[in-house]
Amino acid sequence: MRVTQGAFSFLPELTDEEVRAQIEYVLSNGWSIAIEVTDDPHPRNTYWEMWGLPMFELQDAAAVMAELAECKKTYPQHYVRLNAYDASYGRQTTALSFIVNRPESEPGFRLDRTELSDRQVRYQIRAYSADAPVGQRYQG
Amino acid sequence: MAESSEGGPRQFSLRPPRSSGTENIPAADAGSTSIDSAESELAEDDVIDLSLERSDSKVVEVLARLDSELVGLLPVKSRIADIASLLLVDKMRRRFGLGSSRPNLHMSFTGSPGTGKTTVALRMAELLHHLGYLRKGHLVAVTRDDLVGQYIGHTAPKTREVLKRAMGGVLFIDEAYYLYRPENERDYGQETIEILLQVMENERDDLVVIVAGYRDRMETFFQSNPGMNSRIAHHIDFPDYSDAELERIAELILNEQGYYLDDDARIAFAEYLTLRRERPHFANARSVRNALERSRLRQASRLLNSEKTVLTKSDLMRIDELDIRASRVFGRVDEAGA
Repeated sequence: MRVTQGAFSFLPELTDEEVRAQIEYVLSNGWSIAIEVTDDPHPRNTYWEMWGLPMFELQDAAAVMAELAECKKTYPQHYVRLNAYDASYGRQTTALSFIVNRPESEPGFRLDRTELSDRQVRYQIRAYSADAPVGQRYQG
Repeated sequence: MAESSEGGPRQFSLRPPRSSGTENIPAADAGSTSIDSAESELAEDDVIDLSLERSDSKVVEVLARLDSELVGLLPVKSRIADIASLLLVDKMRRRFGLGSSRPNLHMSFTGSPGTGKTTVALRMAELLHHLGYLRKGHLVAVTRDDLVGQYIGHTAPKTREVLKRAMGGVLFIDEAYYLYRPENERDYGQETIEILLQVMENERDDLVVIVAGYRDRMETFFQSNPGMNSRIAHHIDFPDYSDAELERIAELILNEQGYYLDDDARIAFAEYLTLRRERPHFANARSVRNALERSRLRQASRLLNSEKTVLTKSDLMRIDELDIRASRVFGRVDEAGA
């Protein structure tokens, strides 16, 4: 099951050229850009791990593309996303966020129903991949 | 909803209205000057319109601007014109599918302070951008402080950050020899040099590095870092300005600011230059600029302290002999505090 988080996630995977064009757009707006990584696909998992430091005052997408390539090499089977922050509001404002790398196979989520008193039902979703410890997920 | 309690409707438009900020360039335009996106290869018997190619690349314009903005520097200008021609020819050859490797464009500018190295580097960035060798053509000027960290593990991220900012443009390292401190073998500058060398080799498409500094010190720097020397294709030497050229520069600077030297002041200024040249820390055009700055100060106080009741436009524009001769260089005590 394909995880759909952030922008463009219902589209086919963006090619490198398309990612570069998006980054150019981000930089032309003067937004800063950061790369984040995770192997926990749960939708409530909003705090991913940072890859390096956020990048400020860039002029050209080549720098981000190089970092991205490095990151993908290190984490080929992780979710990698790009976040663009617009600092002009004076607070942390995500202007654009999209996934640029995902594991080859995404096993999806299991829905657990817990019956409570008075026929109430509590739902819980659990990623199948999250059964393995962090760092050992999506091994193939 | 947590969001609604914070007050104000949420913006859902793609680009929220903003009061200030930079205009965005459409992303589609960004790569249009890249050499990679050149038209399809030409056939054997095709021809290229040279004048069209020349005007397209704006080479002539940039070179003309370089010529008019900078006095003298003939060897530098002709060298840059040579490089520009080579790159333009290379670009045309590429269209026939000849010689695909990108030329090495890293440069070293050597010369005394104030000989226009930074200005030429700026024009160079512009030139390379117009020729399609740099995607953005901006200049990031740094010194040792911007590259070298203060403790272990600080240098690499710091250097990389600067390199990232310079991508798509020119990285101008002023006084590059400070990166290498042979007297301290634990100096972090060596780490910066290693990263630089790696980037100069691997990311040639994205970045042009220009190192600059005094001639003799750069030579020692290259001798102790042969790797750096071999990665730099163009060594350009900036000659010192002659007195006549410096006078011409002074005239240009004053013209720009709406001043002029009267005839006596002109003679005084020529004498000033001869004397100033012999004193330490002479920095060519920069010294001229500073000297003129100080004579403007003196002119201002002279005007305010004068007996005159009315001033003409020419009074306000004229810098006279006294404004120049009051300088410390002439060996007098100077009440204006130069």
